[in-house]
Amino acid sequence: MSTLFTEPFFTALVLGALTAGLPLLLAGLGEQISEKAGVLNIGIEGMMLAGAYGGFLVAYHTGSIWLGYLGGALGGMAVATPMAVLCIRLGLSQIVIGMALTLGAEGTTALLHHFQFAQSYPRLPAVATLAIPGLSAIPVIGPALFDRPPIVYLAILAVFLTAYVFRSTHLGLALQAAGDKPEALDAAGVDVVRLRSLAVLATGCLAGVGGAFMAEVGAGIFVPFMTNGAGFIGIVLAMQARGRPFGVLWGALLFGACLSAATALQVAGVSIPTDVVQMLPFVAVLAVLVLLGRKASLPPALGVHYVRGGR
Amino acid sequence: MTDIRRPDHERRHEPPSGPTTTPASEDQAAGNPPGRRGTGRAWTRLALMTLGPVMGALLLSGLLLLALGVDPIAYYGFVLERGLINAYGLQATFTRMGTLLLIAAGLIVAFRAGLWNLGGDGQFLLSAVAVAALAPLLTPHLPIALVLLAGLLAGAAVGAAWSMLPALLKAYQGINEVITTLMTSFLGISLANVLVKLAFHDPATTVPQTRTLAVADRLPRLFGTTVSSGLLLGLGAIIVVHLVMTRTAFGLKLRVVGANPRAAIHAGLPVPMLTVAAFAISAALTGLAGAVEILGVQGNVRADWNPAYSLTVIPLVFLARFNGFAAIGFVFLFSVLSIGGESAARRTGVPNFFTLVVVAILLVMLGIAEYLDKRHRTARR
Repeated sequence: MSTLFTEPFFTALVLGALTAGLPLLLAGLGEQISEKAGVLNIGIEGMMLAGAYGGFLVAYHTGSIWLGYLGGALGGMAVATPMAVLCIRLGLSQIVIGMALTLGAEGTTALLHHFQFAQSYPRLPAVATLAIPGLSAIPVIGPALFDRPPIVYLAILAVFLTAYVFRSTHLGLALQAAGDKPEALDAAGVDVVRLRSLAVLATGCLAGVGGAFMAEVGAGIFVPFMTNGAGFIGIVLAMQARGRPFGVLWGALLFGACLSAATALQVAGVSIPTDVVQMLPFVAVLAVLVLLGRKASLPPALGVHYVRGGR
Repeated sequence: MTDIRRPDHERRHEPPSGPTTTPASEDQAAGNPPGRRGTGRAWTRLALMTLGPVMGALLLSGLLLLALGVDPIAYYGFVLERGLINAYGLQATFTRMGTLLLIAAGLIVAFRAGLWNLGGDGQFLLSAVAVAALAPLLTPHLPIALVLLAGLLAGAAVGAAWSMLPALLKAYQGINEVITTLMTSFLGISLANVLVKLAFHDPATTVPQTRTLAVADRLPRLFGTTVSSGLLLGLGAIIVVHLVMTRTAFGLKLRVVGANPRAAIHAGLPVPMLTVAAFAISAALTGLAGAVEILGVQGNVRADWNPAYSLTVIPLVFLARFNGFAAIGFVFLFSVLSIGGESAARRTGVPNFFTLVVVAILLVMLGIAEYLDKRHRTARR
């Protein structure tokens, strides 16, 4: 076995964990913002998929990876907007509408792909990486961690930023209150509906960029249903992280490692059927839920529509 | 962890004389004599609330077709012709109904008990694979009737077993079943694929699929048509489920758990036990659907086969307001769309994904209709 754990194996594992984990990180972070504000966002899978499609479409036509991310964010927010209107403003069931938006995004992106790209299946060129001087020269982890596309560093930065907003700003406090006791927030003069809508839009934006990353960097191509449950894994990450952005980061890297274990093993010369590998992240999620499920914590007003002056 | 509130439409709609739909009392308040006009209005409202979303969904998805450069009228015409008017199409529609009705029956049990069993597709596929692996092995040794019975039982058992993890986590750990059922569904779909490719692969062919059950050994067909007797199982199941949920003490207990779990505990109901039971029944019916699809229609499972029936039946069950008889009508409508859509995919080049879009728009329309209805009623008070 000693030949298995070589330097290329570990480099492939760390690299894969980061590439596969980043969309999960962005989705989990986005979901956490929604959940903090008291919205269970089941539509996040659809937001990621719309982001993947939007990101691919824009990057393919403009040739710009950054405009692609913007397209991804817009795609995600295009799915988040109906969620904000229907669930936050009109008070429809967050689960029913969330499922509907996910199904709709799946169907719509698959249809659009069928009519646009199904004949050609175009690919995007490889994305340029940004090597951080000095750090990227560290053996094994250097090239895997510090020679990545710039969006990776931005995503890590977003974790710090979210943690700061949650802990040290009025906005963070208001988000927390919107999930814990919306009446109190309303009494304090903050518009609960508006705040929750903004939270859902932020989720759409982050999940959309996550999806765009999957299409632009991870795969280099858009395939129907390509998110394959990543958004739902993001929900679990957000639940287990108990409102702390860094919890999402560690969880995303763990699941990313699960997803990339197969590639790494192939580098090491061990081959596992891809179908078995596809099961790994879900096994990991269920194992986490079984072992730590009790510790998951969600805001008391999660999924409850807030009606002003209502009881 | 907090409980996810169930959507309002679960409680609001026992058509047409349900707890909150009391047109007679509203009429009295407005100074109108109670009686026929009230009931008439209730029925009109019900028709509006049901047909409105359906028409709206077909209209909006028609616009999407138009945007994609497909003539919607020609498309829907083709779907109707192939799913309803053409004799073979209609028989295929009825056969499809058998499978979908069993799934709908399973969903009604779970949803009425306030449990979001969104893992139907994993339960369905795993059962289908188990039955497809088991039945061809038994045929040389047992009479066909026993093989079919064993297949149906095995399907139900596998489905129920696959739901136990989410059920136990929900009942004893309070873990949100929306997440766990979705996760076990993804897992089940992958596992089904692994089983088909690696364990139950038919050695006689290079195509990754299970052994095929001979056509003569499948569920009997009805009255000289090609309609599988799975239709009778489906109809029977959904009617029994409807009656059990609305007319028996067990059904009432489940509905109390669904309406207010805290009140159910105060009433002395064994909530964890009932949760597990509701999950088991729901998933067993979904598993039975998998068995019926294999024993009556497919005969084998091919690798990567996932019709995603359960996800698409969910909106139909909502549209029917968890009423079994109404669900029969909607499942029929959807079966026409589904069979016709499959033909249309081959002919007009609009892939099957289109039905997903229709279903999604239908759910949103349904929600909006509920909202407008509620606002209308509060405005009249």
